[in-house]
Amino acid sequence: MKFGVVVSEGPYTHQASDTAYHFVVSALEAGHEVPRVFFYHDGVNVGTRLSVPPQDERNIQEQWTALAKEHEIDLVICIAAAQRRGMLDENEASRQGKDANNIADGFRISGLGQLIEMGIQTDRLMTFGD
Amino acid sequence: MSEDVKKFLYLNRKAPYGTIYALEALEVVLIGAAFDQDVSLAFLDDGVFQLTKGQDTKEIGVKNFSPTFRALGDYEVTKLYVEKESLDERGLSADDLQEIMYEDEDDDWAEKPSIHIVSRAEMADLIADQDVVLSF
Repeated sequence: MKFGVVVSEGPYTHQASDTAYHFVVSALEAGHEVPRVFFYHDGVNVGTRLSVPPQDERNIQEQWTALAKEHEIDLVICIAAAQRRGMLDENEASRQGKDANNIADGFRISGLGQLIEMGIQTDRLMTFGD
Repeated sequence: MSEDVKKFLYLNRKAPYGTIYALEALEVVLIGAAFDQDVSLAFLDDGVFQLTKGQDTKEIGVKNFSPTFRALGDYEVTKLYVEKESLDERGLSADDLQEIMYEDEDDDWAEKPSIHIVSRAEMADLIADQDVVLSF
């Protein structure tokens, strides 16, 4: 089966991104496909490369980046939600006149159309949030 | 209906202000309208407050986005289902909600109400009938 995954809560504060991660790992192990994960609301904050959790804790962004690389998962951060929350890639930072960008490797910023498209193209859409 | 058309339900469960969920849900609905899917919106729990009339957000300093609901008909989003029990539990009735109309192109552009009050059991059936449910 082909799953689309939505993460709609921020990392560390809320378990949604962890549960989504474990779901995707398990789904892939069971032979399913997960072509895309869409990060919305505070979920966009998962994609910052500037997060530095204590060394004895999981690094949520690095977990996603590694998983995406291994399985060619498209990690999409919603641009509208990202801009509100200070999540910028290089292009957006320069377009908005900001002096920094913070998107982690393996993530990309794109529009809400990617969420709808994922709903159309997958067999099941799973939302991990509140 | 072509095979590419899926039934999308946007489930609105939270109050319009206090958190950003309602506003960002509406942003998804507006973008999603361009994809020509079979779209419905459902309002339950505190989500029923999103459709109340006379919203005034001046004192809390955030944008009042409630007028946008009246424009949904222009995006061909014409099915808004409101759970009766959620209204009752909050002392609200259909009279407390905005009037949201759309023009029915299959009926000589007659103006029709977009809001339908449904029971909890009907809401459960509606949700079960969907291909894609996005919960906010």
